[in-house]
Amino acid sequence: MGVLPFLAAGWVLLTALYGLVTSRNLIHAIGCLAVAQSSTYLMLLGVGYRRGATAPVYGDLEPGSRPVVDPVVQALTLTDIVVGATATALLLALTIQLRKRHGTVDPQALTALKG
Amino acid sequence: MRDRTRLLLLGCACAVIAGFFTAACPRLPAFGTDLHRYGDRAVAAALAHQTANVVSSVNFDLRALDTLGEETILFVTVLASTLLLRLARDERKAPPRSERALPTTRLFGAVLLPVALVVGVYVVAHGQLTPGGGFQGGVVLATALHLAYLAADYRVLERVRPLEALDVTDALAAVSFTALGLAGLAAGGAFLENVLPFGTFNQITSGGLVPLLNVAVGVEVGSGLIVLLAHFLDQAVEITEPDGHPHPGGRPHRRPATAPQEDEN
Repeated sequence: MGVLPFLAAGWVLLTALYGLVTSRNLIHAIGCLAVAQSSTYLMLLGVGYRRGATAPVYGDLEPGSRPVVDPVVQALTLTDIVVGATATALLLALTIQLRKRHGTVDPQALTALKG
Repeated sequence: MRDRTRLLLLGCACAVIAGFFTAACPRLPAFGTDLHRYGDRAVAAALAHQTANVVSSVNFDLRALDTLGEETILFVTVLASTLLLRLARDERKAPPRSERALPTTRLFGAVLLPVALVVGVYVVAHGQLTPGGGFQGGVVLATALHLAYLAADYRVLERVRPLEALDVTDALAAVSFTALGLAGLAAGGAFLENVLPFGTFNQITSGGLVPLLNVAVGVEVGSGLIVLLAHFLDQAVEITEPDGHPHPGGRPHRRPATAPQEDEN
């Protein structure tokens, strides 16, 4: 059980890589990239987990009364999500332009550069 | 590259990654362990700065410089998407059609829009006390506004979102984060150092600079997301296809050799 959560993150990453490589549609590929990114969330949160602990928010919790999970990796995950969302938005915008200029979203059909 | 070769290469690459990853995993700290040195120090630092939400404290106090970078990425993305999705020379804008929504949907939107906006403001304002903060609250604010699109139609959404003002707001909010950092420098501390009085624990004014940075990020994320979505929605609703292109689902398109090439950019 000890390493299973980390291995699950690796499994999600490999599945996403398979999807990325075999994808014939850029929208689908962007979805796969998002899945690959979610494997890093799983990894980070797995690293920060502490048995029997609660959220690192002391709004209604007496400081020191209970252990809390690692807040540093939670903050990193938040950064990860924001950057992932922005990357997805940019890639989708590029795909829209690609579809307009080349008439396709299949990466294999794109053979030539075009101004 | 042939599909088979590609899959074979992928298989080899995945085997290597899986091998190294599996070998690395047992050397990580055990899952659920009690030993979190950075976490414990972050909790101590957050409590010393009277910030109840440790995650906010990490983002807007301990690692505020990283958040500045993160916020810059967000701003640049909005800018880049605006550039990428602008009206090309061979495209035209058609006014959106008026759509009919079910009366129940309309009622739902009218009732929930103000509630959702208040929730967004609440999440931003209480970022240093309860789970949430600028990023999350900003997203709630931006999506709340789009209830107008769901419950009415695109023209109503265009009326409730002042796009030019939001563009400027986005930039100003991005600048204000840096300005707050410089204020720390002016007050005799370091860049983005928490130099304001920390206040009383678990009060809305606690945390020093954290609530202010939360607001700056909340405004930036909210306005940035609305601008971003506006460009995507424009593509779907208002902007027509450039002439001579096939409809969605068509085969890869080749222009006839006689077609003028000047209209491309």
